Amino acid sequence: MNTETQMTAVADNGVNTEALIGARGAFAEMPEAASFTFRSACEWKEGTYNINTINGYFGLGQEHARKQSFTIEADHPEVFAAHDRAATPTEIVLAALASCLTGGVAAVAQHRGIQLRSVRSTVEGDIDVRGILGMDPDIRNGFSAIRVTFEIDADASQDDIRALVAQSQKRSAMFDILTNPTNVAVSVA
Amino acid sequence: MKRISTLVIGAGQAGLAMSHCLTERSEPHVVLERGQIGNSWARERWDSLRMQSPNWQTRLPGHAYAGSDPDGYMTMPEVRAYLESYAAKSAAPVETGVTVTSVTRDDESHVVKTTKGTWRATNVVLASGACNQASIPGFAQDIPDSITQVSPLSYRRPSDLPEGGVLVVGASATGVQLAAEIQASGRPVILATGNHIRMPRRYRGHDITWLLEHSGLFSKTLENVDDINRVRSLPSLQLIGDRSCLFLDLNALQDMGVEIVGRLTGCRDGTLLFSGSLANTAVLSDLKMNRALSAIDDWALQSGLEFPEPPRRFAPTLVPAKPRLALPLASGAISTIVWASGFRPDMSWLQMPVFDGKGRIRHAGGIVAPGLYVLGLPFLRTRKSTFLDGVGDDARVLAQHIADARLRQAA
Repeated sequence: MNTETQMTAVADNGVNTEALIGARGAFAEMPEAASFTFRSACEWKEGTYNINTINGYFGLGQEHARKQSFTIEADHPEVFAAHDRAATPTEIVLAALASCLTGGVAAVAQHRGIQLRSVRSTVEGDIDVRGILGMDPDIRNGFSAIRVTFEIDADASQDDIRALVAQSQKRSAMFDILTNPTNVAVSVA
Repeated sequence: MKRISTLVIGAGQAGLAMSHCLTERSEPHVVLERGQIGNSWARERWDSLRMQSPNWQTRLPGHAYAGSDPDGYMTMPEVRAYLESYAAKSAAPVETGVTVTSVTRDDESHVVKTTKGTWRATNVVLASGACNQASIPGFAQDIPDSITQVSPLSYRRPSDLPEGGVLVVGASATGVQLAAEIQASGRPVILATGNHIRMPRRYRGHDITWLLEHSGLFSKTLENVDDINRVRSLPSLQLIGDRSCLFLDLNALQDMGVEIVGRLTGCRDGTLLFSGSLANTAVLSDLKMNRALSAIDDWALQSGLEFPEPPRRFAPTLVPAKPRLALPLASGAISTIVWASGFRPDMSWLQMPVFDGKGRIRHAGGIVAPGLYVLGLPFLRTRKSTFLDGVGDDARVLAQHIADARLRQAA
């Protein structure tokens, strides 16, 4: 029961929705081109400190190399007897969720002709660390709950803003990754 | 081998409407029916089911409800009787007890093989229904045999189910109705809820279907939607044919004691897993409902009509603070799974290259290929195509297409 609206005012959130809509058309013709594989290479440095290097990925039927490599460092805070040289992996996951949803808000807003002025969010995840310490099998290792709070200033009604945030969750890879199970295979080469 | 200009497969509302429209245009045809008239309604629906749309809206070309309760909702025996009286009134040439086993095409015409002989037909109209099979995910086969699995096509009444808890998968019209009656039977229900559309039975003092019809929302055509595959797979409205029940939504079900969980995503090591996205699916559903109500209010304002009740907005859907994410089957919490996870047509006998990669029949407003038509599918030509009331308009257009094609050939 959607009511599609045709907006005439030109909103510019820096998202090329025409290109994305074009991609949908192309993938409908060639679904195999839509299969992407992303990867990260991680190297242990010392203690809980390690560094991920991210560059190549597979998509559109071929391997792609970026102009530059990106790195994501991870460590643990001092209360875990670590040196706190970088964010914890769990914080990186929260950051990934916020980034994914925020990108989605911008894309959906662009598609719906809504001009954004500011989009801020905070993400919290609760963990009972007795799980990872192996103290209680009834406590899971991961987050027991994650909360995201958005503050959005945009040329739109409160309901339209809520719809942006809801739609961005519906189409978010990270939201799906965190809310649905995934088969994970870990092997030793 | 028998020959006929047009063969209609299925004598439900779609096939009978088509027959009526062909007769009006003096188009020779025969309707083949595997069982009896209105077979799916008669044999593949549960006991308590009533039509979602009221009696006054139960209209087919040349046939309208003539009873004393226009605002009521037909039971399944009443639907069957309504269709039988339609077939009689239209003098529809129905051959019952004939199952089509294959439809192919050669250089001359379509070849339709049946359990009672083979037909040649210039035109074939597929009117065999949109809900022949329950859509059940592949992981259903990983679920241990100790759990009874039932589809809405074979489910009749709660007392047929084993004692114990029941997981109802899907919260559209079917899922919410079955969850409510199974819970009321004393079997505790867990309802796995993916995308769904909440809708009040009545609004502004009218039945919601009256508002959807008069506001034009039901008549929305293919040209006015952004993504036809999306609208064709939209879940049915959470409605029940019961005037006294404003909402049969997640709030009402929770008040009855039903436990609401997220979409069922899989079965791993004997444990059912549910999505953590329930809160967002509830928000999306409320937003969809409110958009529809706003569209109705906008239309109501422009229409200049008097409405018995003013605009209102309903309390949001409440979801549990911590919905269950996993259900170990060994816990014994449930003994049955009811798959209310959607339906799809069965056209396995249609042996022509007319299906897309997902097995859906390709068609443009019901026109599949030269001389091949389909009728009665969701959003075939308009939003109301899904409903009994909507199939008539589609049948008129396609019957006219058949008549025009004959004229072109004759010319």
